[in-house]
Amino acid sequence: MKNSIMHQSASRFSADHGWLKSAQTFSFHGNYDPDRIQFGALRVLNDDTVNGGKGFGRHPHDNMEIISIPLEGTLEHQDSMGNIAVIRPGEIQAMSAGTGIYHTEFNKNENEPVTFLQIWLYPDKLNVAPRYDQQSYSDGDRHNRFLQILSPDSDDEGVWINQNAWFHLGDFDGGAVTDYNLKVAGNGLYVFVISGDVEVNGQLLNTRDGYGIWPESPVSFRAVSDASLLIMEVPEKW
Amino acid sequence: MKEINILVLADHAEILETILRLIGNHDNWKGFGAGSAEQAFAAMEKNKFDLVLLGVGVDEETGRQIMEHCRAADPKIGCIRHYGGGSGLLYSEIRHALQTG
Repeated sequence: MKNSIMHQSASRFSADHGWLKSAQTFSFHGNYDPDRIQFGALRVLNDDTVNGGKGFGRHPHDNMEIISIPLEGTLEHQDSMGNIAVIRPGEIQAMSAGTGIYHTEFNKNENEPVTFLQIWLYPDKLNVAPRYDQQSYSDGDRHNRFLQILSPDSDDEGVWINQNAWFHLGDFDGGAVTDYNLKVAGNGLYVFVISGDVEVNGQLLNTRDGYGIWPESPVSFRAVSDASLLIMEVPEKW
Repeated sequence: MKEINILVLADHAEILETILRLIGNHDNWKGFGAGSAEQAFAAMEKNKFDLVLLGVGVDEETGRQIMEHCRAADPKIGCIRHYGGGSGLLYSEIRHALQTG
């Protein structure tokens, strides 16, 4: 097994539906590349921008852990469990689709686009009862450090999902350095650069690049410029 | 172009209908639905499928039985688990299964 994989921003699939522009790291909908299916349990990493007032109409999901992280704008979610919620930058939403759920996602603002990351992870249990969770965090909590925003444990920091995965966000000043230690040996780490430039174990990444690694030791980060990062620790098998 | 017959087993009627509709939107794919393992086994007795998708509600044991049934009937029949409920992954799951066997 290769121990790292680079996904440069420009290598992502793109889809333009007018109201929706989507940059997709892995095969999704009509875009298919057998070499770009998943990174361990991480199956979807879509970087979506939806025009004002537009959105995804009622559609189903099952057996998938679905995470939304808004980067700009506001996103309104409604689902068949009766949840109605608006999420903004500084918040994360997690939905366990399990035995089946219908939902809609719309840009709450008529005049401004919403940009958000839509992330799907394979669940470690099939056919669980659907559930929805949403949490907020402050900018200061992730300044020059990684803030945990997702875990498999309902008592731990952030939202929880049905998979041995941990997500962290960090906003680093240029020149800042830090390390990340895996929670579980053998897991992989997928780094997504929201903005800026960073070296990860010496590999330079730029805005919207992705880099997956199966590390044997702590992963080192050095911000080359001010940089905002999402890191996702996921299992290879589950 | 050869027609690809795909059997979908899922116990959620609305999601099953969505998946079958999406499959039907593809030019040479034809979807057949089964709401239970019994219906799936009966369908496999009557028809020859290229691919079987195990959808929502299919537990591990039932999935294993159907995979074994497919393998015994014809090792060329693909049998995979479908995740996500239709949208997003369906086309690449099917294409990947048909290409990689």
